[in-house]
Amino acid sequence: MLEPPTKITALVVDDDTINQMIHHRLLDNLGIRNQVVRNGKEAIDVHCSGKNFDLILMDMEMPVMNGIEATRKLRAMGIRSMIAGVSTNTRERENFMKAGLDDYQEKPLTTSKLVSILHKVHKDG
Amino acid sequence: MLGLGVDRLRADMNRLLALLFHQGVLDEQFLQLQQLQDESSPNFVSEVVNIYFHESEKLLRNLRGLLMDKEFSDYKKIGIHLNQFMGSSSSIGAKRVRNVCVAFRAASEQNNRAGWVFESIGAARA
Repeated sequence: MLEPPTKITALVVDDDTINQMIHHRLLDNLGIRNQVVRNGKEAIDVHCSGKNFDLILMDMEMPVMNGIEATRKLRAMGIRSMIAGVSTNTRERENFMKAGLDDYQEKPLTTSKLVSILHKVHKDG
Repeated sequence: MLGLGVDRLRADMNRLLALLFHQGVLDEQFLQLQQLQDESSPNFVSEVVNIYFHESEKLLRNLRGLLMDKEFSDYKKIGIHLNQFMGSSSSIGAKRVRNVCVAFRAASEQNNRAGWVFESIGAARA
């Protein structure tokens, strides 16, 4: 397991169990402490509880609250974390980016895609 | 002796995997999955694959239920199930299943368009 020079934290937002496990493990292997939630509403709730993350991996299609709405709400709340959309739905990519994403990656997420996202993460000192 | 058995099993498994790659059943994403397995998580691949099979059974049951319904018209629901199936299949490298989902989704969108056209014509006539 690699240890990053700074302690980056991440939030995985995805309703699919397989993707939750894989994204969690990808982040773990890069030494990134991370938490997993199942939909956009849980992502909002975890921020309302006072937690903050350097990176949010946001799925698009989720029940209760989808990734586009969750991204919009997080930005409206003043959350400036790096939000990377991760989805298979390329037709909604533009709408997803407009909601406030910093990056977008097509599923499946791989180590190299995650590393390219992490290069854009700015950790406040 | 036990070591020889393990080596033989491993060789058989690698031959099977090579065949599955060659037949287009799996793609390189499965290799990514294998790379996530290590001493700290020695059963990661089998855990993920077992969950995939379990979730896939549920999705297929739901799809079957929707399509068996004579009154069926909710293609959006089919799309939601297919997107989920496609997503998890892509993530574990189940290439052939993913491709079937893509084709199924395209077909269901065509049916949906046909249904919309018929409804629009019916509404215009009324």
